[in-house]
Amino acid sequence: MPESGAERLEQVFRDAGGPLFVPYVMGGYPDIDASRRHAQILAKHADIIELGIPFSDPLADGPTIQAAGQAALDAGTRPSDVLDIAGELRDGPPVVVMTYFNTVIAQGAREFLGAAADKGVAGIIIPDLPVDEAAEVRDAARAAGVALIALAAPTTDDARMAEIGESAEGFVYLVAVTGVTGGEMTMDDRLRALVDRARRHIPVPVVVGFGVRTPDQAEQIGELADGVVIASEIIRRIRDAPDADSADAAVDDFGAGVAGALRP
Amino acid sequence: MSVNMRFGPYGGRYVPETVIGALDELTEAYERYREDPDYLSELGVLLGHYVGRPTPLYRARRLEEAWGIDDGLWFKREDLCHTGAHKINNALGQVLLAKRMGKQRIIAETGAGQHGVATATASALVGLGCRVYMGRTDMQRQRLNVIRMRMLGAEVHPVDSGSGTLKDATSEAIRDWVTNVDTTHYIIGSAVGPAPYPEIVADLQSVIGIESRAQMLAETGRLPGSVVACVGGGSNAIGIFRGFLDDADVALVGVEAGGEGPSGRHGASLAQGRPGVLHGSYSYLLQDPDGQVAEAHSVSAGLDYPGVGPEHSHLRDIGRVSYVNATDEAALSAFLECSRMEGLIPALETAHALAHVRDGAATLRAAGPVLVCLSGRGDKDVDQAGAALGIDASA
Ligand SMILES: Cc1ncc(COP(=O)(O)O)c(C=O)c1O
Repeated sequence: MPESGAERLEQVFRDAGGPLFVPYVMGGYPDIDASRRHAQILAKHADIIELGIPFSDPLADGPTIQAAGQAALDAGTRPSDVLDIAGELRDGPPVVVMTYFNTVIAQGAREFLGAAADKGVAGIIIPDLPVDEAAEVRDAARAAGVALIALAAPTTDDARMAEIGESAEGFVYLVAVTGVTGGEMTMDDRLRALVDRARRHIPVPVVVGFGVRTPDQAEQIGELADGVVIASEIIRRIRDAPDADSADAAVDDFGAGVAGALRP
Repeated sequence: MSVNMRFGPYGGRYVPETVIGALDELTEAYERYREDPDYLSELGVLLGHYVGRPTPLYRARRLEEAWGIDDGLWFKREDLCHTGAHKINNALGQVLLAKRMGKQRIIAETGAGQHGVATATASALVGLGCRVYMGRTDMQRQRLNVIRMRMLGAEVHPVDSGSGTLKDATSEAIRDWVTNVDTTHYIIGSAVGPAPYPEIVADLQSVIGIESRAQMLAETGRLPGSVVACVGGGSNAIGIFRGFLDDADVALVGVEAGGEGPSGRHGASLAQGRPGVLHGSYSYLLQDPDGQVAEAHSVSAGLDYPGVGPEHSHLRDIGRVSYVNATDEAALSAFLECSRMEGLIPALETAHALAHVRDGAATLRAAGPVLVCLSGRGDKDVDQAGAALGIDASA
């Protein structure tokens, strides 16, 4: 019996001895090859790679990720293309895919998760699938050996945090801001209290994301949480690079910067 | 009484975790206020004295003769509601709810602009700030409603993503809600979205069906043989259908946007889509094999939507309602016929229901009197329909 995705993720947290760096790459943005390269570059710095499968109507995403996803779709990116990238990252840090519920059920949850498992995917994040709707997908994910990563938010009350904690596998993704991706978090008492509350109710590691932009912010979060996700900021750097080589270099620099800030 | 979250397998709450608490709060508030004498009397007084309910039932004698509907063609005159469409029934009910929930800000999406105007109106009435998301394409084709919303003090926020239509405006409204959920109530404009919205909207619109059933009995001494309504997200349709769901002999017919016709683009989710999740609920959806949501098309901004309310999906599957469609061209010609033969300029959305009554008259006639939900008036459409029909204001 090979290790399940949840076991592989838990192992990474145990081995890290510090907060994890979880960078996000939108599969197919700006094109398939470039996103594969960016993922490979980030794999050198990352503990877990979050790989986005673009969806036409991403409700939890702000303008930056929306535009990147649309560009990926316009370039013809399909879910299987992104899973292929995951397959090529097999020897690196565990890959967690991020996509919306309709992408999963269009193929059928069992088929989709089975295909993801075949490519070595360790976990899946579905931001429009709250815990109360997740039973069927959770079963399919367990059967495939893929961890269904739950999300918690500032608006999640204690009772619900506990409910999320009960079925959580791998880690829980704690949303730092009341809002969509691409904003900017501030490290304040409110956020400290939120992370603290999440850790009290959730038995698995808690990784914080949404609105984290700089190595400094990552470091601040790393003092409280088990890991940090950075997404929109990486896409912005790719978007603003004058050419493909500079985009690769920008991704490498940024990844090194955040990794350095998290483990000095 | 507890609020319905699912209709058969359809519905649910497929939204970011951030708004789940607000949906719970809304569910509790609605369970409480839908039976609260104070809420009901405030809403009742406004529906009577502000909206103009009950709206009349009118017999369209010239069209019934032209279309050969021997047992009578009846219009439920939602076009006579204040603001010009049924949308105000829902907007008012929800604004009164938002006020009781202590919300300080109202947001909405709009396609044709009728829901936006209704929400801007209701917000002005109770003194709440209002922002309406509207696709850029729709702002152009429903220009007059943009001006009305702004006159009413609402902020109209253009949406450029996707095709700049109702789907994109709805996504953007949901993102605003995710960001401002503590202070803001989102008034969704049709019987779509995450639970409890489809039930709340249907409940608030069911006044159409309740009134028209009693009016048909009073006027004709019998129930209609069929009830016909256009379906965008499905709020006017579910509103009138709910009056007749238990009357097994009454045929219910929903008319979706047939757009460019069988080989072209359209908005016929129930006829040609398959179940999926958009905007928080599981329901029939136009999508590609990967689950990417397809762009809909309709001459009418209010029907130009790739999804449909979950209750309609259920009613389709159990066979209680039949869903058909009418093309852009058929709707435009019915628009003109109704204007010229009845002196009623209908909304382009409504014209789809009329087109089906005309083109499906042979079947409908056999069942007895035909009742149509005249969901809205067409003032908003004069620019666009005029251009399509070659009618302008030049001397
Ligand atoms: C007059 C009118 N009828 C119908 C519709 C379609 O919406 P629904 O299907 O929710 O009634 C609209 C939507 O904008 C409308 O303005």
